[in-house]
Amino acid sequence: MIVAKRKPFDEIKEMIKGHKKVLIAGCGTCVAVCLAGGEKEVDVLNAELDMARRLENKPLDTGTITVERQCDVEYLEPFDSKVKDYDAILSMACGVGIQFLAERFPGIPVYPAVDTTGMSANLAVGLYEERCRSCGECVLGMTGGICPVTMCAKGLYNGPCGGTNEGNCEISDDQPCAWFKIYERLATQDRLDCILNIKEPVGWNDQVPRTLVQPGYKKPEKAKNEE
Amino acid sequence: MSTEENGFKSGSNLEKILRAGHFAFTGELGPPRGSNAEEVREKAKHLKGVVDAVNITDNQTAMVRMSSWAASLLIMQEGLEPNFQMVCRDRNRLAMQSDILGAYAHGIKNMLCLSGDHQKFGDHPDAKGVFDIDSTQLIGMVKKMRDESKFLGGAGLENAPKMFIGAAANPFADPFEWRVHRLAKKINAGVDFIQTQCIYNMDKFREFIKRANDMGLTENVYILAGVTPMKSVGMAKYMKSKVPGMDVPDEVIKRLQGAEKGKVAAEGIKAACEQIEEFKEMKGVAGVHLMAIEWEHKVPEIAEQAKVLPRPQF
Repeated sequence: MIVAKRKPFDEIKEMIKGHKKVLIAGCGTCVAVCLAGGEKEVDVLNAELDMARRLENKPLDTGTITVERQCDVEYLEPFDSKVKDYDAILSMACGVGIQFLAERFPGIPVYPAVDTTGMSANLAVGLYEERCRSCGECVLGMTGGICPVTMCAKGLYNGPCGGTNEGNCEISDDQPCAWFKIYERLATQDRLDCILNIKEPVGWNDQVPRTLVQPGYKKPEKAKNEE
Repeated sequence: MSTEENGFKSGSNLEKILRAGHFAFTGELGPPRGSNAEEVREKAKHLKGVVDAVNITDNQTAMVRMSSWAASLLIMQEGLEPNFQMVCRDRNRLAMQSDILGAYAHGIKNMLCLSGDHQKFGDHPDAKGVFDIDSTQLIGMVKKMRDESKFLGGAGLENAPKMFIGAAANPFADPFEWRVHRLAKKINAGVDFIQTQCIYNMDKFREFIKRANDMGLTENVYILAGVTPMKSVGMAKYMKSKVPGMDVPDEVIKRLQGAEKGKVAAEGIKAACEQIEEFKEMKGVAGVHLMAIEWEHKVPEIAEQAKVLPRPQF
């Protein structure tokens, strides 16, 4: 899932200092599961902001709303009637959701209350580890199901480099070397031939905004007046 | 005579020495953290006539330094042949190819293709690491430019840069069993010569070379064994514990500790020379790459003591 962490409180407070009425918007999917921006976190931030602004003698009029997904137009309708009562939105969704709200309500500022940090696995309650960079050219088949783009600090396709240190990455003893793990896994599966050949330079697919249309579907045609 | 006519890939001095079957001896020079050309020239003076080529490091340990190609030009003015190092950390494929063309236009004929230390180690730990391509892919790119007169993207280029292509190998990093296969990949990519990580664990290196010999790899690539003399016990301990991928056995440290006061550095040099003597006789080793880190002025003395002088002239 997509994970995020809440921004430092002072940074959030500073962003909205010029506003008097702020709608705090949560998202009920990924960021709720990773404990960063669901209904509960919206309530906590709401209480903190309310308290801080009262102490500064600049009371803040806040409202809260949490929808199933901020990244899906299907769930955004509840915002339409609410937004007009506020002069800013503070979104606790991932970067996609934040932008989607900003696009729907271009007349008012939308601020991020979280930093989106990637696509991660849930290892324990509150513990997440990044596993995919959505490079668009998956090599997990040849690397034993371990992603070198994400896990190798240099993103090497023909690793390991010379910095491998007792199975760890040169950047930290806490970071396992992706290629050491790839080697071990493939050795166990008797599939080392997968990485004997040179992996040629890849075409980076993430250099322009990507659009995905699944087979059998098509992009909606542009209305005449938009052309 | 063009390189096509005489059968050389680049015609560099280093290539000629290796092709002629001489035991090669290369040195290293770290460019300054500033723009003082004199500092480069001063270091270069000690190496002249003593080594066959000089590696010019490329932002080594991820610290900003004078660019590798610029320092390479400075040492060429001093009559030395550079081995232009290039890391994948700081440039994408466009910048790399244009630097290769520019370097060759100025007469640089050797280059060393490296991944590069991670930016976290250096003085700009928050920098974006590029790693558009990796060291193995870089080797292939230079070979394509040299042998096919083509850019990586496939378009033709004029006046192919005839580089003698080098790369690194670390026989000591994990997993040990994979290291010869990684060497094989670099050979398949088109590497001409290899300079290894600093060697202290001789047993492990002997085993590595034996495996490379058994696989027939050493018939297809020149391997220069990496040697760095220890200046002090502190340096040895630092190399052991702090430098990634470095294998410093306890005996090496003990030997230095056993040296008389004021003679630790001399003991370090003596140990290095003993290694060089063994490399001269070792099947599969074509030379030595001496990395006398910030100790360039000692290189003539080390070369003398290691009996690698005079250097062959072409």
